Amino acid sequence: MAWPAAGARAHPVQLTVTAYPNVDQIIRAVVPGWEAQHPGVKVRLVSRQYVDHHTAMTTALSTSGSLPDLMALETSYMGGFALGGGLLDLSQAPFHAELLKPEFTDFAFSLGRNRDGKQVAVPADIGPGTMLYRHDLLAQARVPVEALTQSWASYVAAGRQIKKATGAYLISHARTLKDIMVRCKVPPGGGQYFDAQNRPRVTDAVFVEAFELARQLRREALDAQVVNWTADWAEGLKRGRLATELSGAWMAGQMANGVCPNTRGLWTAAHLPEQSFAYYGGTNYALPRLADPSRRELVWSLLSALTCDRQAQLRAFKQEDAFPALRAAQDDPFFDEPLPFLNGQRARLLWREAAQRIPALRMHRQHKFADEVVNAELDNVLEFNKPIMKALADAQQVLEVRASR
Amino acid sequence: MNVRVPIRWAPYVLVSPFLILFALFGLFPLLFSGWLAFQAWEPSYGLEAMRFVGLDNFIFALQDAWFWKSLKNTLWLALASGLPQHMVALPLAVLIHNHFGRLRDGVSGAYFLPYITSTVAIAMLASALFSTDYGMVNAALQALGLDKQAWTTHPLFIKPTIALVVFWRYVGFNIVLYLAALQTVPRDLYEAARLDGAGPWQQFWHVTLPSLRPMILFGVTLSIIGGLQLFEEPFILTNGTGGTDQQGMTSGIYLYRLAFEFSDFGGASAMSWMLFALVALLTWLTNRALGERR
Repeated sequence: MAWPAAGARAHPVQLTVTAYPNVDQIIRAVVPGWEAQHPGVKVRLVSRQYVDHHTAMTTALSTSGSLPDLMALETSYMGGFALGGGLLDLSQAPFHAELLKPEFTDFAFSLGRNRDGKQVAVPADIGPGTMLYRHDLLAQARVPVEALTQSWASYVAAGRQIKKATGAYLISHARTLKDIMVRCKVPPGGGQYFDAQNRPRVTDAVFVEAFELARQLRREALDAQVVNWTADWAEGLKRGRLATELSGAWMAGQMANGVCPNTRGLWTAAHLPEQSFAYYGGTNYALPRLADPSRRELVWSLLSALTCDRQAQLRAFKQEDAFPALRAAQDDPFFDEPLPFLNGQRARLLWREAAQRIPALRMHRQHKFADEVVNAELDNVLEFNKPIMKALADAQQVLEVRASR
Repeated sequence: MNVRVPIRWAPYVLVSPFLILFALFGLFPLLFSGWLAFQAWEPSYGLEAMRFVGLDNFIFALQDAWFWKSLKNTLWLALASGLPQHMVALPLAVLIHNHFGRLRDGVSGAYFLPYITSTVAIAMLASALFSTDYGMVNAALQALGLDKQAWTTHPLFIKPTIALVVFWRYVGFNIVLYLAALQTVPRDLYEAARLDGAGPWQQFWHVTLPSLRPMILFGVTLSIIGGLQLFEEPFILTNGTGGTDQQGMTSGIYLYRLAFEFSDFGGASAMSWMLFALVALLTWLTNRALGERR
């Protein structure tokens, strides 16, 4: 979509944009071109560490002090931000963000809706869920890839064989398996932890099934019991102690460029087990409701450059592994190129297919807390043999108290 | 323009930098937190969205299982890391004071070093030591034919590991406190005790300990306050989550997460005042137990 270019201004204008690594790099790449089209306008980028950034944005919205003109928000925080009241309704004139809906991957666009169904954020990049597996370990254990992907039960069974033959763990943590199973089995348009009536739904069959499989994984010592992004997890990947990694497509880039570059060529990507499709992370842009209204036209123009510009999206994908949410950027020949880290596989085509099949979920402002509660109860099941039904009932009780706060 | 400040104002002008900073960064947050404890507030709507809810946040805190769990963790860690600090620091300070002569400053400095080292560096070191598959502690255990343990991820080991790191970090601080106090004990008392036939143990028990009583009170009070506000070490060792089954989630971590991650500033403020009441109560009890008898 196009916005009239602003002409030369009598007074220099400075827009403040806040972000976190590596989104800040993507913004830095876009800004010079955008500034050239907007004489007299400068963009000041404030970058903080991932958690610090979202804490700072919460504080800025709550006090209406030091509000940026534009903020980047990571998908896992969208429940709290989009369903609060601090972001500007972009469905209204002159933005009419609804018109952008066909241009973006469905699930990503729906994450930016507030409780009234209004659009308050526009997606930039997404993390289509994928399974990365060590094909050398599979070959050593004589396990075909179909065994990993056929169903969740066959995935665990394959892990048993891999562990026996190679000593490698199937996955970093049983919690990861539970998380992705639950997320994949949410009915389209439904909520992961809360139903449409704001009631917790953690005693549903899907949670029971996910908890049972996670418990089986732990009892057979198939998970390494390490948390992602810790030193133990990175060492496990470097030393070939982890046979699979379930994550977003961007993980392949992280592994290739930082976590375990020594394993280049040993990994292959596949869809998640049971042909499941889910998202892992992503970036969205939003305007604070109480930021200076006189600059909204300019800010919207910058937001459009960051989200709707095909070339900018592709550059972000090539340089920062930020998979574009913009459909127009998903048909570039770059998608056909082989990935050396994945043994020459054309994995981007696989991820594009996954992105199109990810169901839209309804967020809840207590999403992060619900995550914690359910994980704590899973820990009780895995470590202290707490009965699954009792664990889920306890989680349900805690969330019932929280749902209305 | 020549502005002359009357001389009687001078003291106020001189202390005003402190007072201004204290008002901004000490008093205002305190009062604001007190105000917030009685409000329901969706922070992203801005300050105007506050709604008075009376004691609701306090009632919620009393009914919140996670708050009680965090409090239990905090008390456990405060006791398990605080008590050994003094049990070790006190005799060690006496040993250093009596037997290390010129080396005293160097030895106490070595013990003090962890206290002035960055918490992040300490947590990274602890992670490397206690890593399940690649840590030195487990490597040593396996060399001895023992099983490796998940020190930072198994629910049974998380708190002891954090307590050990906190103990190691603060024991040197207490040694320095006690060394300073030992230097103020008059030599005459020891000479008199020796003339009366008191041995080293009796001198320690009847001369050193009573003389150190004010410093013990001071050190224990600091440990109680620090222990109940414990945040950095468990936060970094558990990646900011409190770890498996929230076994390392102290009240400080929970309050932070409740406010900034779960957007419940009212509940977090109410809990922080309840925690303050607990700190005040324990400090008063300590004063009653260890303070001067009148």
